[in-house]
Amino acid sequence: MSSPTSASAPSAAPAPADDVPVIGVLALQGDVREHLAALAAAGAPARSVRRPEELAEVAGLVIPGGESTTMSKLAVIFGLLEPLRERVRAGMPVYGTCAGMIMVADKILDGRDDQETVGGIDMIVRRNAFGRQNESFEAGIDVKGIDGGPVEGVFIRAPWVESVGAAAEVLATFDGHTVAVRQDHVLATSFHPELTGDHRVHALFVEMVRQSLRG
Amino acid sequence: MSSTPASTSNSEAPATGTARVKRGMAEQLKGGVIMDVVTPEEAKIAEDAGAVAVMALERVPADIRKDGGVARMSDPDMIDGIISAVSIPVMAKSRIGHFVEAQVLQSLGVDYIDESEVLTPADEVNHSDKWSFTTPFVCGATNLGEALRRIAEGAAMIRSKGEAGTGNVVEAVRHLRQIKGEIARLRGLDNHELYAAAKELRAPYELVQEIAATGKLPVVLFSAGGVATPADAALMRQLGAEGVFVGSGIFKSGDPAKRAAAIVKATTFYDDPKVIADVSRDLGEAMVGINCDTLPESERYAQRGW
Repeated sequence: MSSPTSASAPSAAPAPADDVPVIGVLALQGDVREHLAALAAAGAPARSVRRPEELAEVAGLVIPGGESTTMSKLAVIFGLLEPLRERVRAGMPVYGTCAGMIMVADKILDGRDDQETVGGIDMIVRRNAFGRQNESFEAGIDVKGIDGGPVEGVFIRAPWVESVGAAAEVLATFDGHTVAVRQDHVLATSFHPELTGDHRVHALFVEMVRQSLRG
Repeated sequence: MSSTPASTSNSEAPATGTARVKRGMAEQLKGGVIMDVVTPEEAKIAEDAGAVAVMALERVPADIRKDGGVARMSDPDMIDGIISAVSIPVMAKSRIGHFVEAQVLQSLGVDYIDESEVLTPADEVNHSDKWSFTTPFVCGATNLGEALRRIAEGAAMIRSKGEAGTGNVVEAVRHLRQIKGEIARLRGLDNHELYAAAKELRAPYELVQEIAATGKLPVVLFSAGGVATPADAALMRQLGAEGVFVGSGIFKSGDPAKRAAAIVKATTFYDDPKVIADVSRDLGEAMVGINCDTLPESERYAQRGW
């Protein structure tokens, strides 16, 4: 039986050791381990972040896939939401996948009434827009700025982007819906590159973190 | 999904129900708590408390024990009601081997099907062929061989069985330790020994070889059956469960909303005793609980399934 995470797609070359940023993965809930592995494969060994003092030690942060309502609630309860917002405002690079995309959206639709987001991208994201689990799917996605053919896109009860502001750049669409966006130092995808062996989106994010450190 | 996407950006037709999509769904639940609920109101309480998903069923296991009789799939109206009450994923149970109940659950649009020993088995030889469904399945296991047989049948997520409806974590601990211990043992075997190991485990050689190489199941492993307190949930996490199912433990307790929220927090900070202590204060009555060694054989759900 083949493992669902095995894939033949090209992966990024490891970075030189003297230029390795410390990247965190928000570990309140979700597929944290897959992001840690994908970042390591993209040349940036990462650590999990659950506390404000752990957040203070990282130069960039991945917000993983998971249940966005759970993540949001735990971020509020454990005092992470405001520190996260401050770091994002101050320019820390962030990459959100699926639930993470919801977390970096300035506005959301079909969320809970009390659902807080970190924000960072001027966009409106609709939660579970592609449907329930029976509608979850995979498809190849061409992502602007990523060479070497389409990225393996795994969409699980995935959100899509309804609209973006002038400062945000659409990087990919599927079936007419925006599924990848970047605004300055914040990147978001509806899909889960961490569930595949294709680490090019993570490599792009690692490069964003490196650039932010060079100033 | 439309099968003929109009956009120029995508480069192939979307594929639904793939192993990666099914197993990937469970990956998104990791670090979380899945709660048994029997009404839309309970589902709301679970969602408010931070559950990553709810399990919709007619009676929690503690009541199934009390009431006796044949326990079956829930009424579709009741499952529909719960699906429309919350925005988080909804799971529901089919009887072991009752693939028509599973077909019905798939048609209702549940996000995961639990082919569960808590309901009365419909087939004492065969489990459902889970590969033939778009909806992913979670199945219980008491040991590694059982887990691998379920994965071979297409299960996309495994939960250690424990003994549901008892409020007693002892069987959950036994089963999780058994699974983790057998995985560790496989890690120590050489290639020559894996064939005999597969025979002993009564599991496909390819899966046994994969586990010997990776040291983990190819699907997410949760724990279930007997978790009643925040410390119970944290214990299962520290023993290696990637998340927990809580059945009767929440809504058979004195203050379900508070206990549910406390178990969610303890599941995330499972390795931080200060957090666990803090959330364990003043939770009210836990469910009463049953000593598993006083349960007659016929009432031990973990023995159902093979």
